[in-house]
Amino acid sequence: MSILIAVITLAIISVLFGLLLGYASVKFHVEGDPVVDKIDALLPQTQCGQCSFPGCRPYAEAIASGEAAINQCPPGGEVTMLALSELLGVEPIPLDEEHDKIPEKTVVVIDEETCIGCTLCIQACPVDAILGAAKQMHTIIEDECTGCDLCIPPCPVDCIHITPVKVDQDTWRWPAPDSQHTAPMA
Amino acid sequence: MASPGQPTHCTHGLRLDYIMSRKTHSLWHFHGGLKLDGKKAISTQRPLLKAKLPEQLILPVQQHIGDAGKPVVAVGDKVLKGQMIADNTSYISAPVHAPTSGTVTDIADYPTPHPSGIKALCIVIEPDGKDQWTELKPISHPTNLSPVELRQWVRKAGIVGLGGATFPTAVKLNTGPEASIETLIINGVECEPYITCDDTLMREYANELISGCELMQHITSARHCLIAIEDNKPEAIAILQKRITEKSLHNIEVVVIPTLYPSGGEKQLIKILTHKEVPSDGFPSEIGVVVQNVATAVAVHRAICLGQPMISRIVTVTGEGVMQPQNIEVLLGTPIADLVAQSGGYHEKASKLIMGGPMMGFTLQTDQLPVTKACNCILLENTEEQAPQPMPCIRCGACATVCPAQLLPQQLYWFASSKNFEMVQDYHLFDCIECGCCSHVCPSQIPLVQYYRFAKTEIWNQERERIKSDHARIRHDLRQDRLEREKKEREEKLRQKKLMLEKKKQKEAEAAKAGKEPEVDPKKAAIEAAMKRVQDKKAAQSSDSKPSSKQPE
Amino acid sequence: MQFKTASSPHQIPHNSVSSVMYKVLLALIPGTIAMIVFFGWGVLVNILLAAVVALASEALMLKIRKRPILPYLADGSALLTACLLALALPQLAPWWLTVIGTAFAIIVAKHLYGGLGFNPFNPAMVGYVVVIISFPKEMTQWVPPLLEDYTLLTFTETVRVIFTGELPLNYTWDAVTMATPLDTIKTQLGLELSINEIATHKTYGSMFGAVGGFGWEWVNALFLATGLLLAIKGIIDWRIPAGVIIALLLLSNTFALYDYASYTPPTFHLLSGGIMLGAFFIATDPVTAATSTKGRWLYGIGIGIFIFIIRTWGGYPDGIAFAIILMNMATPILDYYTIPRAYGHRWNELPHQHKEQEDES
Repeated sequence: MSILIAVITLAIISVLFGLLLGYASVKFHVEGDPVVDKIDALLPQTQCGQCSFPGCRPYAEAIASGEAAINQCPPGGEVTMLALSELLGVEPIPLDEEHDKIPEKTVVVIDEETCIGCTLCIQACPVDAILGAAKQMHTIIEDECTGCDLCIPPCPVDCIHITPVKVDQDTWRWPAPDSQHTAPMA
Repeated sequence: MASPGQPTHCTHGLRLDYIMSRKTHSLWHFHGGLKLDGKKAISTQRPLLKAKLPEQLILPVQQHIGDAGKPVVAVGDKVLKGQMIADNTSYISAPVHAPTSGTVTDIADYPTPHPSGIKALCIVIEPDGKDQWTELKPISHPTNLSPVELRQWVRKAGIVGLGGATFPTAVKLNTGPEASIETLIINGVECEPYITCDDTLMREYANELISGCELMQHITSARHCLIAIEDNKPEAIAILQKRITEKSLHNIEVVVIPTLYPSGGEKQLIKILTHKEVPSDGFPSEIGVVVQNVATAVAVHRAICLGQPMISRIVTVTGEGVMQPQNIEVLLGTPIADLVAQSGGYHEKASKLIMGGPMMGFTLQTDQLPVTKACNCILLENTEEQAPQPMPCIRCGACATVCPAQLLPQQLYWFASSKNFEMVQDYHLFDCIECGCCSHVCPSQIPLVQYYRFAKTEIWNQERERIKSDHARIRHDLRQDRLEREKKEREEKLRQKKLMLEKKKQKEAEAAKAGKEPEVDPKKAAIEAAMKRVQDKKAAQSSDSKPSSKQPE
Repeated sequence: MQFKTASSPHQIPHNSVSSVMYKVLLALIPGTIAMIVFFGWGVLVNILLAAVVALASEALMLKIRKRPILPYLADGSALLTACLLALALPQLAPWWLTVIGTAFAIIVAKHLYGGLGFNPFNPAMVGYVVVIISFPKEMTQWVPPLLEDYTLLTFTETVRVIFTGELPLNYTWDAVTMATPLDTIKTQLGLELSINEIATHKTYGSMFGAVGGFGWEWVNALFLATGLLLAIKGIIDWRIPAGVIIALLLLSNTFALYDYASYTPPTFHLLSGGIMLGAFFIATDPVTAATSTKGRWLYGIGIGIFIFIIRTWGGYPDGIAFAIILMNMATPILDYYTIPRAYGHRWNELPHQHKEQEDES
């Protein structure tokens, strides 16, 4: 008899929880895959492909599906890796040695004397930041350049150079005080 | 010096009636604050000096918060005193004027006073010594003009907030159509140690100051005007009270407030005088208050009543590192080195050059920098001792006790040092006024304010980068769309072409089947006809050998 | 001419961690002297022993953790921990008890949690709790205060007892040590004696003194006086001791009014045991206390309540150490829910509420 009561009780409980779960899945149904959007929003959007994926969004999708690690974005550096680890609740992974510090922001400039107007760089630019036409000299729209350097390899005359983004009084940042031994993360 | 243990505990909303005031005005307390050694007497012993004309004036095109001015003169131009040399059509901006007559010798990047030491665009003028004014247009009856017109004058004169924030005054005086301004507060508090330029200005230019108050009261339609002065400036208080009584002005009042740092902060002063708090994301005008510095008031008087733009200011040159500390009225663009030279030169132990006061000023690496509109004080310190090595935070809470913005500096420090920029904003980092009280009392001597500045500039940078990456994402998406579209278009064309060829083949096949002459394509026929004509023509030419035939057959 | 650069403010502050620590140490002296007068040289021996062990453990840990040794050793925090712990131990506790307690306080409770500023629990109290749980018998070796029919051991005798455990001739452990007044009351109340009967008992009555146990009342009065001085000087926050005392007073009064015979009287609660030392010197350790104004009130009140509960119904004679450690645990939550309203913000714009709203949306 007591066994019967136990079985019935458990059965009722399981039915109740089943209903609850069913209700929750309807009520809190998630459209689409917002995780990919959230990851994409954290990526620097240089579209450089250094992560081995063709652009930031494909990399975001790869992270979301577990195909890629969170430490494959050199332009984003440690900041992006930490932000991703925070978002996804995974352990931070150190970046490759050459990318372990915040990379300096750069843009490219075209040496307009040397440019032959081949348009190869225009085809390579992921954000259409190069202005020019065939047989015409090209130029970079500095404000649009993301510093991905994808235009450098195709150039037949090596007229594209990397320059650091100029820091002025408005974009200058206060350095962090030396916090050895005293800061909480030390 | 107030030890951290003895911060001036201020009970919230405690009402004090201060007896020294002409009419007793109710005063309140802001949270925290520090009693500091004023050290004001160092620089008030000597009379106000008019600085000599320097050999060269360097004028940064940006001496205000907002958009930088664009030079409206060229190298080699002759300029007159008061002539506009840089301007911007943007709303939040202020023009720059030539402080004396002379020649523009250069327009290029020069070092300007900024904590970064980075150069900025400057216009260099070599004075001709004549000091010849451009044509001035003073307004004889300013009250006949509307506030909008007067604000235009203030803007054209390049006036910015001279308390240090350098926000364009014309913008600040524009309180919007809905705001009804109850109180115009004229800030003569000057709460930072060492600085006495506002004190000097109030004593020397009391009449101009009162005139400026009346003008700004007219512009803002403020019901009454309070001139707030700390009780450590009895002379300035006496002079202003006397002048106000002489003129029997009933809605301008001198309010004496107790000396407590940072009473001169805009938000803190509003709290002291009105017990109201400026909303964190709002402006004082939302609670019916406008605050202007005393020097700004004098500048407004000069702009409207004399027609003179903002070309000079009073600078306190003081500290243990200078031989003859004093106040100097100086043309904008004068090198700091000139001011120190006219103040007896450096003390041999001078080691730190600060623009502003000891609590909020920033250090300069060199004295080859021009005086700008923001420059209220040049402070020279002799400190040989190294900054102490910070100890870990012991959570004593002294910083929170003195914080005038009622923040939790200690929590802000944890989050800023661990680069948790989201949490640091949740704890209201951007309400921090960087007054330095927390660092001053910290027993562990942690450079708290530097952590906050670091976090603020990092957050701004992240914001810039976020905007940039959003922009890049859109451009990348648009490009992908374009490539996709082009690909589709090409495929579509190819498909069409193939389809057409197929149709044609089919038709030919059908025609062959029917046994009829293949139907002549009109296009093909035309081409064949044209070719035939050319052949005929060629034949005709070779037979006639007359090249003149130009007419068609 | 090149000038030095730095971030504001530029005036070098004159306050420092070590000055705070040394001022607190200075304020401990009068009460400590009173303890030596009433309870003999054992107090001093304990302090010296604990100080040596604390400094040695501190130096060792700093070396292992690769921190600069001198500035941290000189900050006085290890010394203060040692003194507080030594004052809380029985006067004739064996040397190894003091060594274990102090070493545990510095090595485990302080440095393994990150050193100065990062330890969540008061190191001295952790050390105390460790020894009272591990060695309850040795922790009862309290010397009865100087009474008429009793003479204290001399300095050399004391050192000998502490280091070798050998009593001088003609002495027995029962004669040189006895339970503290608080412990006595608890035991006797358990034997169904009323407070009045205990106070007039022929054996225990004499240790009651005027208000709070003979000797103890003087020690507490002196700690109270110097503690008040520290509070006035702003070196410690007055809200914490105020909270402790008010809570203890209110609770003990309520219960004493309810049943005078079975509950310890309020005056006895306040002036017996280590209340003043605990309230003014131990609970106010800024590292482990709450930081906000309201949080400090709650922190103090919580300690007062726990002391009363442990003293009245708990298994240990005094509950200060447990009360402080329990409230140390509550510190983060106290701080979190007592964040002051920032200038220009409404109450509902506190960081945590902001967060919760975000989570909801």
